[in-house]
Amino acid sequence: MTYIKKPRIHHPGLTRNRLGLTRRDYEGTMSTLCAGCGHDSITAAIIEAFWELEIAPHEVAKTSGIGCSGKTPTYFLKEAHGFNGVHGRMPSITTGAHAANRDLICIGVSGDGDSLSIGMGQFAHVVRRNVDMLYIIENNGVYGLTKGQFSASADLGSTAKRGQINREHPIDSVLLALNLGAGFVARSFSGDKEQLVPILKAGLRHRGFALIDIISPCVTFNDHRGSTKSYQYTRDNYNQLVYADFVPPAEEIAASYESGDARSVQMHDGSRIAFRKVPEDYDPTDRDAVYGYIRERQRAGEVATGLLYVEEAPDAGDEADFHVIQGTVAEPLAGYPFEGLCPGAERLEELQGRFR
Amino acid sequence: MSESVPGASGAALGGFASADATAPGAGAGDIPASPNGGPPAHRINDLAFKIGTVNGTGSASANGLLRSAIFRMGIPVSGKNLFPSNIQGLPTWYEIRANGKGHTARTARFDLTVAMNPATYKRDIEEVTTGGWVLHDSSWPLPRDLNRDDVTFLGVPLAKMTVDNFQGSRVRILMKNICYVGALAALLRIDLDIVRGLLNETFAAKAKLLDANQLAIDLGYDYAMKHFDCPLPVHLEPMDGNRDSIVIDGNTAAALGCVYAGATVAAWYPITPSTSLVDAFTAFCHQFRKDPETGKNRFAIIQAEDELAAAGMVIGAAWAGARAFTSTSGAGLSLMSEFIGLAYYAEIPSVFFDVQRVGPSTGMPTRTQQGDIQFAAYASHGDTRHVVIFPANPHECFEMAVEAFDLAERFQTPVFVLTDLDIGMNDWVVPKLEWDDSYRPDRGKVLTAEELEEATGPFHRYLDVDGDGIPWRTLPGVHPKGAYLTRGSGHDRYGNYTEDSEPYADVLARVGRKIDGAAQHLPAPEIRLAEGAGIGLVTIGGCRGAVLEAVDELAERGIAANYMRVRAFPFHPDVETFLAGHDVNFVVEQNRDGQLRKLLIAETQAMKESLVSILYYGGYPMSCHHVMDGLAAHMDIGSPAAAAQPSGVAP
Repeated sequence: MTYIKKPRIHHPGLTRNRLGLTRRDYEGTMSTLCAGCGHDSITAAIIEAFWELEIAPHEVAKTSGIGCSGKTPTYFLKEAHGFNGVHGRMPSITTGAHAANRDLICIGVSGDGDSLSIGMGQFAHVVRRNVDMLYIIENNGVYGLTKGQFSASADLGSTAKRGQINREHPIDSVLLALNLGAGFVARSFSGDKEQLVPILKAGLRHRGFALIDIISPCVTFNDHRGSTKSYQYTRDNYNQLVYADFVPPAEEIAASYESGDARSVQMHDGSRIAFRKVPEDYDPTDRDAVYGYIRERQRAGEVATGLLYVEEAPDAGDEADFHVIQGTVAEPLAGYPFEGLCPGAERLEELQGRFR
Repeated sequence: MSESVPGASGAALGGFASADATAPGAGAGDIPASPNGGPPAHRINDLAFKIGTVNGTGSASANGLLRSAIFRMGIPVSGKNLFPSNIQGLPTWYEIRANGKGHTARTARFDLTVAMNPATYKRDIEEVTTGGWVLHDSSWPLPRDLNRDDVTFLGVPLAKMTVDNFQGSRVRILMKNICYVGALAALLRIDLDIVRGLLNETFAAKAKLLDANQLAIDLGYDYAMKHFDCPLPVHLEPMDGNRDSIVIDGNTAAALGCVYAGATVAAWYPITPSTSLVDAFTAFCHQFRKDPETGKNRFAIIQAEDELAAAGMVIGAAWAGARAFTSTSGAGLSLMSEFIGLAYYAEIPSVFFDVQRVGPSTGMPTRTQQGDIQFAAYASHGDTRHVVIFPANPHECFEMAVEAFDLAERFQTPVFVLTDLDIGMNDWVVPKLEWDDSYRPDRGKVLTAEELEEATGPFHRYLDVDGDGIPWRTLPGVHPKGAYLTRGSGHDRYGNYTEDSEPYADVLARVGRKIDGAAQHLPAPEIRLAEGAGIGLVTIGGCRGAVLEAVDELAERGIAANYMRVRAFPFHPDVETFLAGHDVNFVVEQNRDGQLRKLLIAETQAMKESLVSILYYGGYPMSCHHVMDGLAAHMDIGSPAAAAQPSGVAP
């Protein structure tokens, strides 16, 4: 369907952000995914998040691997460079791009097969390296493009469209990321844009690695009775654990707090995450407690969602993200003036004294 | 065909089976018929000796000291470290060859052996040439069965001397090595002042160690002077052969090239024998690339989780506009081949150093080979064909490292620099490295923000605007008009996804033309023509020294041979011309299958029958005798010229 071009002329009345851009300016080409695919809802939420954050599209680098999720960067931010690489290797491409140009705002879109099977190693290590990126897993528990095999996130006992029962233990990206030290871990649902957009915004503004695992039902291969990644199952067992708002710098926290000890977490750029509603005794900054709580809800058969964990980092600059660990200069390495990179003939002559 | 080969007998040429110097019985231990055959006589500045020790005992610094001292005496010298894939306790050897004529390829003919490892006494003693010497620790008697009556045993009570003079077992072990350096200085007439000077430099800040080392040198030296007829008839004299030379290993030189080329991102996974390239890059970056004010790094070096990720990081970084490289060996290159195909098809400039080791599979990690030539040329699935350059020594490692980045960016493709363990990890005497301060990186066709701003039409990533097969590229983060989606899936000339036949084939054909077009811009072959030559000797990479020595040796025997060393793939037009000039081209390389020969057959017009393999792939650096033995299997190469015959009586 790529031959179906989107109209270039926009309605003059569309709302513009402070960059003078409408939501349409954050779109990409027409999606070729199945009608009703969860991934398209996520794309819409991504567009909304970038528009609201007023990020200039060309400052963004979009990366992906292979699979249905791998196609989605084409569908948003047409004025951003994108890289649809090879299966399961989006993390290494993004790491390289971020190493070369730390000013790029990196968003990687992956899937459960891409991140938890073939790319499990790269997923684990990009978390460890704390690469400054928003990492989205569009999680549908199934391989779509190859027609319905279980993925590594398929739950025990979940059935495939043709009736097979999954007997292998699932890999949970949220628990894995918590274990590996991720500073920002969220789970959401493609069908809940209201929850998703603030999390995406916070994830984009988080310095360091941010994971959002988004249950994104596959309408063609995994939306039947017996699937634990269907729209129906997700809605039935949905538990929005944490309600969080993203508050940009210099804006007041306006939301009213329903219960729990409302609190806000400061982010590096001065923005805040305001936890509007969390369960009693739930501390979204306590890694171990969050881990335990999610396990407990899973045992109860619930899909616990929300911005589940965020590292409290009030002292901007101390966080050991990739470039802090690397100790790199503030300027991007790509395009760094050659004069500052090449030691020159005189130094070479001096140096060679050592080789005699 | 045989009539065109001077000195060749028709019978010997029949069949053209490849001469396989690795056939049974042709291992490192064989005493070759050449070069310089015959027992040691009075010979100056033409000797080789071998030191057999146990790894982890600190012999490397003693051996390096010997090699450095000979270098400073002005004598061309090489040091080959034959080490095990092990940390401590296994046999290891160091071979030193000093040769006034500059022939410093490995030789398998040793005038002297220092036998320090009882576990390898037998083998080490067997390897000494008839009339040679065995220096051994006489603190204990040698087993009787090791006696040879055609060599001279020089016993030095090394263990006893160190026990008597030093405290602590570690120091005693280390000083035992320095003692044999002292003894060799006396026996081979290595300048003692130079040895002392080197020790002073090394231990400038460690007075206690300096004293111990100086004492150990004296102990060995004095003992040898007192008990042996020093110097031996085969020994060294100062000369002036190294004025414009340095001693350096290829990995260090390549790393330096990366620094000078302006590479800012390195991603790698540890693997012998390439690890020291990134180690050296790291050290040079810390020396040269720290911001003087902030102390921050103008580089990023990422130790990846595996070679797949390392390749991905390089490609991501290069896509974002940095000069990026990885360094690996064959096993790593296998893992990288998925990404190599992506970089080829998506046209991302990237540099891959492959310091080859012995394959297949894990092979012999600490032995050398040229087994990745074919693999690198076509790495990854589908129609791929890569730019590969082949340095012969550390000097070329430096130059070609810089060139690799320029080629990668000019042609927007992965470029492979194929060295090997011998080039990468051993010390070579090479001409000093030079740098032209007017050099600026060739970033190729990259549109700037200004150019994009002023552009009237849309940007298309894979459009052949200039007709040379090289499209323009843009970098992320620069300008909205430069945006496009890079993909390894089918794409058309505009950068759009396609599954349509023509637009797909259009791009693939254009990429093919681009690589074809690169050939003439790659390093031309090194060619040396001889008057009246009828045969060609063709080689690649680190075989250079052995083949040039063979060319000299043949000349001494009255056989003229032309020489060509291929320096790049796809082949430069001069390669074709050279091959066409000979009915027979012997192709000398270090692998089983004659990989260079196969590439020449596939990629030039040369007749298959005209290319004859001479192969050695046993894992040690190639020697002149491998070449001569290989030639002898095909033609009459006579015997060593009269001048080279021994004239003296073996001592």
